Amino acid sequence: MNQSPGSRFGSAVVTLPSATQIQITRVFDAPAEIVFKAWTTPELVRRWWGSPENPLTVCDIDLRVGGNWRYAMVMGDAELGWHGTYQAIDAPLRLVSTEVFEGFPNGEAVNTLTLDEADGTTTLTVVVQHQTMANRDGHIDSGMEAGMQTTLDRLDILTVHKHAAAGCAIEGEPPCPT
Amino acid sequence: MARASTTSDAFNAIAEGARREVLEALADGEMAVNDLVARLGFTQPQVSKHLAVMRAVDLVTARADGRHRLYSLNAATLRDLYEWIKPFERLWNERLDRLDGVVAELAATHRQTSKGPS
Repeated sequence: MNQSPGSRFGSAVVTLPSATQIQITRVFDAPAEIVFKAWTTPELVRRWWGSPENPLTVCDIDLRVGGNWRYAMVMGDAELGWHGTYQAIDAPLRLVSTEVFEGFPNGEAVNTLTLDEADGTTTLTVVVQHQTMANRDGHIDSGMEAGMQTTLDRLDILTVHKHAAAGCAIEGEPPCPT
Repeated sequence: MARASTTSDAFNAIAEGARREVLEALADGEMAVNDLVARLGFTQPQVSKHLAVMRAVDLVTARADGRHRLYSLNAATLRDLYEWIKPFERLWNERLDRLDGVVAELAATHRQTSKGPS
């Protein structure tokens, strides 16, 4: 039985399985084939990888073993870019690629996406394998910087979107107009 | 960044399932090694080793009580861990929530298409 739309919002879980890894897990109410498509099709990736405040300005995907990918966005007056190479493709179950954040070119990581489908739901797992614990920690720290930027960007629009983002289930607030 | 690496050490310490079990047991209050052995079914050397690792990264504190040592959780370290990982997790939650929207839209189209014209 599928959940109602939006009911899984905020359910991604981040763990650190070892000193050099980050793991992200999230369930989707759709077949793996569809999640894989949304993960690997540039015009679809543009809709979710960047935020509305910081959309992707570049989204290149050459989906074949040895093919390259590059995403970029503009923050302030700087371009932030990420790129890598696809190492293994087993659509729609597994995708292995390298990833380099261009602001830290020596910190190449290997990302393994796994999609595990059962009963119409798909569990997405991304394991980011860094070369060192320092690189892994720097990657976690980058979330704080990006998060702070996003928070600042959103302060003025927060009130408008709060209602919609929470699925109109905010305690003490009037119910949604239907 | 000293703070981050300290936090990370603690995070790595709790990556192991057995240590999480020890922490969960200590969430109910301070305990001696023997209490943990009885409760978790690990050997005494195992429990002592896990406690030593977690004391080294300030996840667990110990105090003497007569002939025993009583161990308890260090809430401040646990809170630091959570605070450290939280922005990264939020970033991915926002990203994957947007992906959820894209996936739901594709899935709806997919269902319509596979049903065919009625």
